Amino acid sequence: MADAAIHGHEHEDNRGFFTRWFMSTNHKDIGILYLITSAFVGLISVMFTVYMRMELQEPGVQYMCMEGARFFQSSAECTPNGHLWNVLITGHGILMMFFVVIPALFGGFGNYFMPLQIGAPDMAFPRMNNLSYWLYVAGTTLAVCSVLAPGGNDQLGSGVGWVLYPPLSVNEGGMSMDLAIFAVHVSGASSILGAINMITTFLNMRAPGMSLFKVPLFSWSIFVTSWLILLSLPVLAGAITMLLMDRNFGFTFFDPAGGGDPILYQHILWFFGHPEVYIIILPGFGIISHVIATFSRKPIFGYLPMVWAIIAIGVLGFVVWAHHMYTVGMSVEQQAYFMLATMVIAVPTGVKVFSWIATMWKGSIEFKTPMLWAFGFLFLFTVGGVTGIVLSQAAVDRYYHDTYYVVAHFHYVMSLGAVFAIFAGIYFYLPKMTGRMYSETFGKIHFWMMFIGANLTFFPQHFLGRQGMPRRYIDYPEAFAYWNQWSSFGAYLSFASFLLFFGIIAYALLRGAKVTEANPWNEYADTLEWTLPSPPPEHTFEILPKQEDWDNKHAH
Amino acid sequence: MAHVKNHDFHILNPSIWPFAGSVSAFVMLFGGVLWMHGVTSLMFFAGFVGVLYTMFAWWSETVAENKAGDHTPVVRIGLRYGFILFIMSEVMFFAAWFWSFFKHVIYPMETYAGTEYVAPNIHAVDAFHLPLINTLILLLSGCAVTWAHHALVHGNNRKDLINGLAIGIFLGAIFTVLQAYEYYHLLAHEEWQFGGDEFYSNFFMATGFHGMHVIIGTIFLTVCLIRAIKGHFTPEQHIGFEAAAWYWHFVDVVWLFLFFAVYLWGQP
Repeated sequence: MADAAIHGHEHEDNRGFFTRWFMSTNHKDIGILYLITSAFVGLISVMFTVYMRMELQEPGVQYMCMEGARFFQSSAECTPNGHLWNVLITGHGILMMFFVVIPALFGGFGNYFMPLQIGAPDMAFPRMNNLSYWLYVAGTTLAVCSVLAPGGNDQLGSGVGWVLYPPLSVNEGGMSMDLAIFAVHVSGASSILGAINMITTFLNMRAPGMSLFKVPLFSWSIFVTSWLILLSLPVLAGAITMLLMDRNFGFTFFDPAGGGDPILYQHILWFFGHPEVYIIILPGFGIISHVIATFSRKPIFGYLPMVWAIIAIGVLGFVVWAHHMYTVGMSVEQQAYFMLATMVIAVPTGVKVFSWIATMWKGSIEFKTPMLWAFGFLFLFTVGGVTGIVLSQAAVDRYYHDTYYVVAHFHYVMSLGAVFAIFAGIYFYLPKMTGRMYSETFGKIHFWMMFIGANLTFFPQHFLGRQGMPRRYIDYPEAFAYWNQWSSFGAYLSFASFLLFFGIIAYALLRGAKVTEANPWNEYADTLEWTLPSPPPEHTFEILPKQEDWDNKHAH
Repeated sequence: MAHVKNHDFHILNPSIWPFAGSVSAFVMLFGGVLWMHGVTSLMFFAGFVGVLYTMFAWWSETVAENKAGDHTPVVRIGLRYGFILFIMSEVMFFAAWFWSFFKHVIYPMETYAGTEYVAPNIHAVDAFHLPLINTLILLLSGCAVTWAHHALVHGNNRKDLINGLAIGIFLGAIFTVLQAYEYYHLLAHEEWQFGGDEFYSNFFMATGFHGMHVIIGTIFLTVCLIRAIKGHFTPEQHIGFEAAAWYWHFVDVVWLFLFFAVYLWGQP
């Protein structure tokens, strides 16, 4: 094993708590901070959804009342409070998109493992790395303030949906909306700085001999993700700045009364918004590749096509945005283009899915917890991808637009795709990051609870969408009651599994079996992070790794 | 940190500035919301001062590290990558404003006045008046900065370095003054409004953000001038100056697009 790895042990870690966690310039510590913070923001955001599913469990409004939000059934008078509902869906969307999934995958795993995989001693700009993290915290705080600040309808919070479409977002009263806009600005700045850092690290700090097409797939996925962030988030910053000007300074970018155009906002937002969904999922692809290769005891099938598929998805992600807007009155030619371009993305995505399957083909598969999550990911992401192809048809979308079918689709790719990838990554890397092993039994219970729960939540929503139930409503007619009830039960089960997850992690940290070896899995976990002690010392690769440490005989 | 380092990368000591800067940014933006809603402007300015101080302290630290020899050749390559990427993100920020501009000029939102569609009134500035002069001034300024750069690289001519930078900064400042005069003239004498109908929105936000970048670039160059006078920068090692020059050329190019699109082509 690399003598670089052992090197760090000579030095004792004598940093104080504040110095270590608040003034950090260490990519591993910052990665941990990202993971912990996003887990707690995720908990807030998931609690929003549980409350929403409680409300949707039965027709009629039982909990979100003007008389005050309730948490238990009561026979008292209840006037529906649609604003509270709208605030919750907005808060859930903004928190999940900007403050949970990106920080966990890109900030957390990206920070911790990308430098390790390429054998870099740290990030290119370690101090700026910490700025990214703390700006993310500042943005989260602004977002939470937004939910609690005076907003529209003389109540707290903004109920405009996470896309912040005008005219609603321009007319929404109070400070809440402005706080949400600044929250997105700040988290955008954080992500852009992170992307600059990742790209520079990737290009400039790879271990000697590691040419671009020898870089592990997870690092590649982070690299491509960084480009998407770098090129799409500033455009969003422009769009929400226009929104801010319209709201507060009497500008009319999006107000037809002054010659403005609300559709313009949708175009600019989705020019960011579509790359955004690949920003969310690409790092997940990277993690899944490593997990599947490890637990199939085979090198990943088709490394080069896998890399090019990531690149192709990244490039195509920029030219398909208007498939979110088929019903706004675009010309048929435009719709035809966006439809075709969208369907083209199925090709590189298919390359990835089939390569994962081919990796498992004739492998000796070991159903450890991370592999279960990867398996779940593969199945569920494919379901979400297939409904994506359905929705990509402009004509079919006439019927599905803004129904629960869309909700089911994007939760299959995000809640089930990205989140399953996060859990796969956490179980896979937990022994490396903490030096402790999780409980295999409870890890599997967690998986099955979440897998059943999430499917129970979202699969029936396809049916609801096909029955014509629209998104974003607090109430629905009797006809939709049956599947909504199942969907709510699924949500409770998923939430229970999430709480169990916190328990599993706490137990692993306090009582978990110590991991003494550098690589607790097998020789197919062959990237550089597995040559380091678990947990890695404060400074890694103080002597840069030699080529034989990582360049193995497997086709790579 | 008393570590044995066997590579050329830069491992930094813990620093308070990222945390301080983020707290300041939070205070500034929260204060900005309060200000926009007429509560108080104090919180905004408190945060703003914090942000400025953080930038000053942070970059002072960077300059000190450079002097201490932490910026090895490979670190310098990284810094260049980083700055180019930053400029790319800035380009995409302007893409949003140009998007809005082109959309509204090519596909104006016509209003239906009962029997026919009426095109909106597009306001424009005479491109061959102040804007043309400003174009020349900004390009000249770019030339002066390039001259300074060449003076440094070829033969380490300190005098020309300082002169070139000073001229570049002076012309940049003149540009800002003329632009401010143009705004004043439009608002005070031609009854334009800051805000209001669409073309005003596009015009002021696109040229306004450019103007902000000119001011930032001028400050950046001024810092470089001070450092040059103090004897920083060598023909081999002058990342700060190089970044400032790149930034300045980026600002130039954005202006050229603004001039040809918003001023020249945007005229009715």
